[in-house]
Amino acid sequence: MKCIIIDDEASARLIIGQLCNKVKNLEVVEQFPNAIQAMKYLNQFEVDLIFLDIHMPDFNGFDFVQTLKNPPNIILTTSYTKFAIDAFEYDCIVDYLVKPVTAERFQKAVHKAIKSKPKEALTSSSSQSSNDHEPAQLFINIDRRLIKIDMPTIYLIEAKGDYILIKTENKNYTVHSTLKKIKEKLPESLFLKVHRSYIINLKKIVDIADNSVLIKRDLIPVSRTKRPELMRRLNLL
Amino acid sequence: MEKPNLNYIKQLSGSDLLFKNELINLIKEEFSSEKKEYYDNLKNNDLIKTAGNVHKLKHKITIFGLVKSHELAQQYENELREGSSITSVKFSIILDVISNFIEEI
Repeated sequence: MKCIIIDDEASARLIIGQLCNKVKNLEVVEQFPNAIQAMKYLNQFEVDLIFLDIHMPDFNGFDFVQTLKNPPNIILTTSYTKFAIDAFEYDCIVDYLVKPVTAERFQKAVHKAIKSKPKEALTSSSSQSSNDHEPAQLFINIDRRLIKIDMPTIYLIEAKGDYILIKTENKNYTVHSTLKKIKEKLPESLFLKVHRSYIINLKKIVDIADNSVLIKRDLIPVSRTKRPELMRRLNLL
Repeated sequence: MEKPNLNYIKQLSGSDLLFKNELINLIKEEFSSEKKEYYDNLKNNDLIKTAGNVHKLKHKITIFGLVKSHELAQQYENELREGSSITSVKFSIILDVISNFIEEI
């Protein structure tokens, strides 16, 4: 059984690694000090089990779990006891170990993982949606004229009260509509609502910082709840 | 005041002295930098970051078998997240006890 360890504390990784060495047929293939590095690895390789710390800077364990399309079994390792209930929200989390982890408790958790088949996360991918095959054009009503917009040219849509501002490569349009309505018309493989006021075209991203994304020259805030999905949808190297 | 011990590390290491030494050295290194970062953040009154430091230090506290100190650290971490650092003096005593213990290992 191949596993990885994700924990920002080197001593915690060393301890889990040592505990893994004592379990037959459990191989630690990689260790990561943060979730981002682990996500890049998991884009390329499959593992059977993840030992995951909850409390990590920037991107915590639960954020990470939400980014996984088909998560393997996960055992949480944490100094918190208060998150145990949250862990039950995810089918892929098979156990919850409180640090310092004892050998006996560790083995019990691994046996649970061995018995448990990986399940799909409750937060399944929405990247392939039914409206992916809809036309690549959108008609908007401005001054009683229907204007055609090629959807791939749209890079940003911003909510502005009762209106939305559609920014395209060529021109900007202000339309009487809502983000909810236009979102239903857009291909989900291309667009993502990253904030209650913004939908972005993922192909137009220039760069991403902690809580914002740069689209062309617009710096757009990314809400905390949307960040995991955004990270999952990116083609991380 | 309860005294730190190496029971957990010994249990974990068994006869693997290489691992034991590696872990102790790593903990010494991490504890020292986490403690420094903790005091820096406390001094700057950045209580959320300080709470994060206490969270990490808590792991070291439990590794050294300090059960009551861990309870106090947990309470202190919660307190910091709520914007108070009243328990900082008591927490400093725990850090001093561990520092002294680590020096002697």
